[in-house]
Amino acid sequence: MNLAPHLPALQVVVPLLAAPLTVLLRRRSVAFAVALAASWVALAIAVALWLRVAEGGTISYAIGNWPAPWGIEYRVDALSAFVLVLVTGIAALVLPYSRASIEAEVPPQKHYLFYTMFALCLAGLLGITITGDAFNTFVFLEISSLSIYVLIALGRDRRALLAAYQYLIMGTIGATFIVIGIGLLYLMTGTLNLADMGRRLAAVQGTRPVLAALAFLTVGLSLKLALFPLHQWLPNAYAFAPSAVSAFIAATATKVAVYVLLRFYYSVFGESAVFARLPMQEAMLLLALAGIFVASTVAIFQTDLKRLFAYSSVGQIGYIILGLSFDSTSGLTATIVHLFNHGVTKGAIFLLLGGVALVTGGTSLARIQGLGKRMPLTSFGIVLCGLSLIGIPGTAGFVSKWYLIRAAFEKGQWWLAFLIVASSLLAAAYVWRFVEAAYFREPRKDLTEGAKVPRSMAIPSGLLVATVVYFGLDTSFTVGSAAQAAALLLGGLR
Amino acid sequence: MLAPDTTLLLALAVPLAGAALIALAGRAPDLREAITGVTTLALLGSVLTLLPVVSGGARPAVTLLTLLPGLQVAFKLEPLGMLFALIASGLWVVNSLYSVGYMRGNNEAHQTRFYACFALSLAATMGIAFAGNLFTLYIFYELLTLVTYPLVIHHGTGPARRGGNVYLGLLMGTSIVFLLPALVFIWHVAGTTDFTVGGILAGKLGHAELAGLLALCMFGIGKAALMPFHRWLPAAMVAPTPVSALLHAVAVVKAGVFSVVKVIVYIFGVDNLAASGIGGAADWLVVVAGFTIVAASVVALYSDNLKRRLAYSTVSQLAYIVMTTALLVPLSLIGAVLHIAAHAVGKITLFFAAGAIYTAAHKTEVSELDGIGRRMPWTMGAFAIATLSMIGLPPAVGFVSKWYMLSGAMAAQHWLAVAVIVVSTLLNAGYFLPIVYRAFFVAPRDAPHDPAHGEAPLPMVLALGATSAATVLLFFLPDVPLALARQTIAP
Amino acid sequence: MTLAGTGMTLGGHFTYFITLFLMIAGLFIVIARGNLIKKLVGLSIFQTSVYLLYIAPGKLVGGTAPILSDAFTVYSNPLPHVLILTAIVVGVATLALGLALVVRIREAYGSIEEDEILSLDAAPSRAEQQE
Repeated sequence: MNLAPHLPALQVVVPLLAAPLTVLLRRRSVAFAVALAASWVALAIAVALWLRVAEGGTISYAIGNWPAPWGIEYRVDALSAFVLVLVTGIAALVLPYSRASIEAEVPPQKHYLFYTMFALCLAGLLGITITGDAFNTFVFLEISSLSIYVLIALGRDRRALLAAYQYLIMGTIGATFIVIGIGLLYLMTGTLNLADMGRRLAAVQGTRPVLAALAFLTVGLSLKLALFPLHQWLPNAYAFAPSAVSAFIAATATKVAVYVLLRFYYSVFGESAVFARLPMQEAMLLLALAGIFVASTVAIFQTDLKRLFAYSSVGQIGYIILGLSFDSTSGLTATIVHLFNHGVTKGAIFLLLGGVALVTGGTSLARIQGLGKRMPLTSFGIVLCGLSLIGIPGTAGFVSKWYLIRAAFEKGQWWLAFLIVASSLLAAAYVWRFVEAAYFREPRKDLTEGAKVPRSMAIPSGLLVATVVYFGLDTSFTVGSAAQAAALLLGGLR
Repeated sequence: MLAPDTTLLLALAVPLAGAALIALAGRAPDLREAITGVTTLALLGSVLTLLPVVSGGARPAVTLLTLLPGLQVAFKLEPLGMLFALIASGLWVVNSLYSVGYMRGNNEAHQTRFYACFALSLAATMGIAFAGNLFTLYIFYELLTLVTYPLVIHHGTGPARRGGNVYLGLLMGTSIVFLLPALVFIWHVAGTTDFTVGGILAGKLGHAELAGLLALCMFGIGKAALMPFHRWLPAAMVAPTPVSALLHAVAVVKAGVFSVVKVIVYIFGVDNLAASGIGGAADWLVVVAGFTIVAASVVALYSDNLKRRLAYSTVSQLAYIVMTTALLVPLSLIGAVLHIAAHAVGKITLFFAAGAIYTAAHKTEVSELDGIGRRMPWTMGAFAIATLSMIGLPPAVGFVSKWYMLSGAMAAQHWLAVAVIVVSTLLNAGYFLPIVYRAFFVAPRDAPHDPAHGEAPLPMVLALGATSAATVLLFFLPDVPLALARQTIAP
Repeated sequence: MTLAGTGMTLGGHFTYFITLFLMIAGLFIVIARGNLIKKLVGLSIFQTSVYLLYIAPGKLVGGTAPILSDAFTVYSNPLPHVLILTAIVVGVATLALGLALVVRIREAYGSIEEDEILSLDAAPSRAEQQE
């Protein structure tokens, strides 16, 4: 049997099947092997799909051979292929890392369930990205969200339970808003296929239910992607989740929500409907700037590194939305590039912090004093990723910032360009908090000597840090894919 | 014989490799210092082999990688960069000799980190000198700030940290807030950031935009220490003296003014700036730089701490270069380029002397220096010669550059600039000559607890002797820098 | 009775009003109540309102299930039912997970009142800062 035409389905099916398999097999080493194999196969499939899209354009796959507007369509285009590579790539690195990491943080009898939830979450995120069906998007969104709540609740601290609960409430409200939006769109168009919906919406554009749908979807997705001021669930969730989970969701979950937002704005409603007739640009600009400045400032005053970088994530999401608010090719390119670059950077930081937590027993600034001497490579890695958050040349973050500033200049918005670079100083300030504690304080005496980061954790973290630097120097993959995706989205309906 | 392109990369790689070897040889101080010596000589050697190539009119160029369309990490050697590389690498040789004496004489800690970071700073400096476009220059400019930071806070004490914070905050802050947007804007307008003869912005911007962009660039290049962003330079004086000497009299500050000249000549274009509107878009720059010259000189006049006085003198001397560049006439530009070299050799001598006084007599204040010339005749002799250069008196090289700058100001008929040069020359004399006078003609105060001391360790005296000799030698034989300066102006 | 200017009859659209009422009531409970169980009840009501939003427009008066036969000409749309079946499953899963979390929270904190739990957490985190 030739599997090549079925790659879009396999992309979701492989991790989806791996999840029950891990439950049935129960032995944690076997469960680990199954999940690991699934994530690596998923990465291979994603890369294969990306290559095929780069060559031959959009792939449409009819599930169960039911043709598109009636059956569920899986659709891989330049944007979704790019996001698929990000999600599977992070998963493929986090899984080998998680084995040693959860050893220290999760009771052993729950390990196989960790892998189940991880595989399920991966399946959900991939499903959201690949599906071309509105209701399917919601279902996969809930699959990934439910498994993320469980993963967060596995955290060592009892506050993880509360964080998971709060995220569940906020996330479910968000998801319900999204499903209301989809329902209204379905009522107006009679179809659930996203492309078909986009075509049919033209006839009823600007009517009140469509506007209501846009509002519901925007608010719901903003909750999911933690746009300021709907970000309250995020800091606790990132801070108290097991390290491997923090890394995975920080790098992927919010980014996939951004993807859905882009998909609905550009492929369903259409650019003109969202930006030309409504003051969306101004609203997004304002929220993005508020998010960047408020969250970055709050980050400076955190005493725990995981919380510090969680607030930094809220700020960085502001940059992603800021790019969107320009409604121009370079702005959209900045959004998509930053979605990738920030995913990689934050993923790397949380992976490294997992190693820190393992060795020093925590990530509070008081605890990591003198880390530069104790764990020189890890500290250096965090500093490198910090430079990427600031946007120093030679790191991935610089490329995104470059496009953002350029987009501001294209619009003739000088003041905005200055606000962007001024906000970099806030990032520099919170990264400096780490540098100061790690390099200019003497190590604590009570640290256990001899504890080391296991190689299975060090290698994935190192690889991801290398990726941060690599994509700061060679941008052909990131900017190339992002520019292609931006052109595709702005080209309207294909 | 290697191809010039390869030599270019070699000159970048030598200090990097040196830094790695120094770090590895940390356990064996003698070996470490030997490696430093070999690295400095290898770097000077490779830079020197490039000199005839550039003088002959060739412009070796290498492109390392392309980040975005029109945005490459690329190197291209032209006369100005050649001069800068020559000064930095040449003085590094002398400075390493001096460092060995200073670091051992004062029993400093973390010497391996010190030498390794020093080599890294030189690598970054070479990157700035060889940069083929503004983007590459920006990268190495930031790198230079980062790798010099551990040197500034070398002592690790509270004041050192505070000084380091000002240093890092101001230099990184200005470069991110002002220079980065300027860089993106230039790329946005011109589609490239390559250093091109005649500039890349000709006819692309209006008068107001040009003046605004110039302001962004000039204040963004914080290393040029234009007021009000000059405070990092006195703050950096908490560093050990060899750092102040090479980095904050030569490499870092000269990287600043070098970037200023480079941006004005190769990005904006001298003719473009001169032709834009009444008085030129650069007119305000003359005023700001002129103010910096006079104000910094006045502060220096009232500073009792010797290194602080030297730091403010540096602020003022850097502003000379910026001001005369902004006059935009050939003579003043030649003066500016020459002054990069002249000030470098002069100021490094002064810092060397300050460090020698600290090492031998443990004195840091000007008021303590009564009669010290009798105990340290060589040191203070060299100090006196360098002082002449700072004031602009023959037979020191400072006279030559000041001559060109003054004639440039007259040629431009910019009487404010002429007045500033004259007044500041008087101020220079006012804050430097008393030191020399005290050292040689005031009897030492009776201080029984003052231990008897002679000259500083031999390597230090040799080093400061060499640089003071260079100030005189360049007065009589200014051919090489003058030729390179002329080539920069009229390629 | 007609709403001014919209052409909508109150009677004809009563399902929308019920939907809206449930939606707002549910959301209000989630926000206003501090008891973790009550919050979940509110969340369920909120979700239930959406089921109604989907199903109600699919029903036509006198419509049957879509059976291919000459006897029936008016069909109700079956698709919303199918969708909502899925949504109900999702809702049940969410509720189950939420309740499971509440059980674990009670084990860990000895309370299911939000304000009490937050004050329990405030104390250790302050100790951590002083550390």
